[in-house]
Amino acid sequence: MNRRSALLSRVIASPYIVWAALFIIAPLFFVVYYSFTNSAGDFTLLNIQTLHKYLPTFLRSIWFGIVATLICLVIAFPLAYIISQKSEKAQRTFVMLVMLPMWMSFLIRTYSWMALLQDTGIINSFLGKLGIDPIHMINTGGAVILGMVYNFLPYMILPIYSVMAKLDYSMVEACQDLGGNSFNVIRRCIIPMSIPGVVSGITMVFVPSVSTFYISQKLGGGSFDLIGDVIERQFQQSYNYNLGAALSLVLMVLIVISMAIMNHFSEGEGEMII
Amino acid sequence: MKAFSRIYTFLIFLFLYAPILVLLLFSFNSSSSTSVFSGFSVQWYKLIMHDTASITALRNTLVLAVCSSFLATVIGTAASVGIEKFRKGPFRTGLMAATNIPMTNPEIVTGVSMMLLFVFIGKLIRTDSVLGFGTMLIAHVTFNLPYVILTVLPKLRQTDKNLAEAAQDLGCRPVSAFFKVVLPAIMPGVLTGLIMSFTLSLDDFIISYFTSGPGFQTLPIVIFSMTKKRVKPDMYALSAIIFVSILILLIIYNVVQQKSDEKAKKSV
Repeated sequence: MNRRSALLSRVIASPYIVWAALFIIAPLFFVVYYSFTNSAGDFTLLNIQTLHKYLPTFLRSIWFGIVATLICLVIAFPLAYIISQKSEKAQRTFVMLVMLPMWMSFLIRTYSWMALLQDTGIINSFLGKLGIDPIHMINTGGAVILGMVYNFLPYMILPIYSVMAKLDYSMVEACQDLGGNSFNVIRRCIIPMSIPGVVSGITMVFVPSVSTFYISQKLGGGSFDLIGDVIERQFQQSYNYNLGAALSLVLMVLIVISMAIMNHFSEGEGEMII
Repeated sequence: MKAFSRIYTFLIFLFLYAPILVLLLFSFNSSSSTSVFSGFSVQWYKLIMHDTASITALRNTLVLAVCSSFLATVIGTAASVGIEKFRKGPFRTGLMAATNIPMTNPEIVTGVSMMLLFVFIGKLIRTDSVLGFGTMLIAHVTFNLPYVILTVLPKLRQTDKNLAEAAQDLGCRPVSAFFKVVLPAIMPGVLTGLIMSFTLSLDDFIISYFTSGPGFQTLPIVIFSMTKKRVKPDMYALSAIIFVSILILLIIYNVVQQKSDEKAKKSV
């Protein structure tokens, strides 16, 4: 490549390079800067020191995130497989049906779950007609996890499906020819081959679940504070930007660590297949 | 097995659509309850048609989505063309890593970090009201850019590099070679990026929530402040209108695509 076209490619990309520096990299520096200063702008470790108070909240967020992700995985895997076995036209329709709910504001859909789950809500009045006593569902940890599963399930179904739709079926046939029954074919052949989809599905569900704040407020009724709720309050109610920045910094580090663990797993699995 | 998979699929789709069905039903409720249905009425639809706050928010949302997706597509496509020609090295790797940040970071962190930047700038220029259309536009372009770049780059890799060179050999200037030869070849990727950006921008709440000011509010933000109180079915009616219009657009898009697929098959 000659020097002129190398220069040209820099010129073409330069608006983006400037943009990325100003609005992707610089904001992250400000998170660090605010974490280590007080409201007057002086250096302090106070924000970091007060973080230990929020340890239970962090642990609850991680726990809820893991449970929601696992439930999504267990629900989505068979569905993705079922869809991938259908005709091409049917597959396209099903993918559309999975994506369609995401086109409606998640705020209003989550609110609608409130109406379903309330003590005098739609599910309980339906149960009442069948002669079953009402079940208390709203404002429980289970309701928060249900909200997470509901909102992020498509993010698990779609990547697993797209890997399964492209699976090399001669491999599956070879598996069958080698005497695998359908259980073994799924366990030894289809599951290992769909690992890349599973890995991206897990990150796509876990990250928004851990950091959500709306779902826990609406379905948890304020008694299941997640880390997102605490951050949101620092920025929109108590205006303690410095503490909020420190909490965000920890959340960011947490996500980076869990992604590194996921990548490690997926590489290990990849070697196993080979 | 077949019966099982049918029931299973049905149950999951029931789960995915239950709140939407509830919402559609209660948007026709004659009382203001969202859990007891007392009779059929279209009063909430009439009400929302005349609600200026919601109409303004809807217009704001559309304006923001059009501007941010267009800007992100132009900057992102240009960036992809440049990045594709970069030599492999730390600069290119670093730039691609930066591109991935908005996609992997939790949305709340992206929103908060941009808010801190804007607040800091606001302090510097001594104003309390930096947050508004401008900051939201910046935020939306920022989270749209990675999607544009990651859909355009693979298309660029697929196109034959000799094409642009051949055009230049035939006397085309580099710029017109790009517009006449390269751009048409990567157009599907550019359009996908544009559509993705548009829908992401329409739907975004979390990042908008931290970068918006009282002067410019989009629909998700209005919905959020309404769900803090008790929601009346008018919000349901508004969501139902948006949902049905998107549904119709998708069906039209699919029918058109299917027809063009069939045509392509016939011509082969």
